[in-house]
Amino acid sequence: MTITARERGLVGCRTCTKVWPEGTPRCARCGAKLVSRDTSSLQRVWAWWLAGVLAYIPANMYPMLQTRILFQTSEETIVGGAIELAAYGSYGVALIIIAASVLIPLGKFFAIAYLALSISRGSRRAAGQRFLVYEIVEFIGRWSMIDVFVVAILSAVVQLNLAASINPGFAALAFALSVIFTMLSAQSFDSRMIWDRASSEAEEGAPSAQSRTPAKDMA
Amino acid sequence: MRAESSPERDNLIACDKCDALYRVTKIEKGERAVCQRCHTVLIAPVQDAGLKLIAMALACLILVISTLFLPFLEIQRLGFSNETTLLDAARAFSGGFLGVLVVAVVLFMLGLPALRLAITIYTIAPLVFDRPALPHAKGLFALSERLRPWSMAEIFLIGCAVSLVKLGELARVEFGPAFWMFCVLVVLIVIQDTLMCRWSVWRALDR
Repeated sequence: MTITARERGLVGCRTCTKVWPEGTPRCARCGAKLVSRDTSSLQRVWAWWLAGVLAYIPANMYPMLQTRILFQTSEETIVGGAIELAAYGSYGVALIIIAASVLIPLGKFFAIAYLALSISRGSRRAAGQRFLVYEIVEFIGRWSMIDVFVVAILSAVVQLNLAASINPGFAALAFALSVIFTMLSAQSFDSRMIWDRASSEAEEGAPSAQSRTPAKDMA
Repeated sequence: MRAESSPERDNLIACDKCDALYRVTKIEKGERAVCQRCHTVLIAPVQDAGLKLIAMALACLILVISTLFLPFLEIQRLGFSNETTLLDAARAFSGGFLGVLVVAVVLFMLGLPALRLAITIYTIAPLVFDRPALPHAKGLFALSERLRPWSMAEIFLIGCAVSLVKLGELARVEFGPAFWMFCVLVVLIVIQDTLMCRWSVWRALDR
């Protein structure tokens, strides 16, 4: 059975893991604000989440890239660009773009919404599983930036006067903002709240397989 | 109100991801203390981590500076060619929409990693040589930890690979020396991250 800092009337610092008595306003070691559970965090999560979703819509409607070869100009959207890559036979790269720009962002929107709802409404799913979702979201979210980087590289490099030039479209900005907003949304989430309900129920399973752990349990 | 620190409470740590409370025992170099509930690594000291970290960070900073000034990509099409260093790219488009994008990207891929490396040297070097920590070391170290997800060197590298494939249809592209240095930089940054034990640094800063 795990004992939490809160159950002992203590509050842990989320920046440096030091423990203080409940009610201490700031960590005297690292200066971070101390809160046992960041109850206002869900509001911030939803605010950034909404901003991310809203920015994601124009990111898919407007062109990401504007390519001019001699006197021909063509524009491509995120999905259009991936389809074109696949048409040229670069299936692997097309898959990377689709994963980074469509699957990961959409998956993130659903995952964050699910986590936030599971806190406010309760969930029957084990805390361990929901925490895994949270960790995946935190780990994978940044990778959506790939397409923004590609646009920046292409437009910075391909400036060959008449022969060819590539310029970023409005979608590049919208998409970058969408990724940034969703990262902020995920960072606002206080993952300690996932575990609160769980600790009142019976703890499932044996102690961790990785129990090379020298940190001793309080119990 | 400022809480006094008590010796009993000083031995306790709370997992920052799930609030589980632990009493810290002696942890040998090379061992890892993992939260039993959410498997977050809490403590992972490395032998001579301080010196290794400083050496790594210095090497990385040299690579960062070289990456900025040496040519990154060269492109040729129909007799027009264009050799780009990152600094040129950032300067050429200062102003306009593309300018904002390029500056933001250079910040994500190189600026923030460089800032984190500099902070690492600033906070850890005095500790290694048994000097008192420099002013604002704690605040800067906290900032560096917060910036971790925003430093995106490795993601930029994948972006380069994708760009190369997309450019393949349009023009001939060659990587310059800066690109290869950047590859080494990404590997070093990843290794450096595994050497850094957050808990050990905070404890050392507290003395």
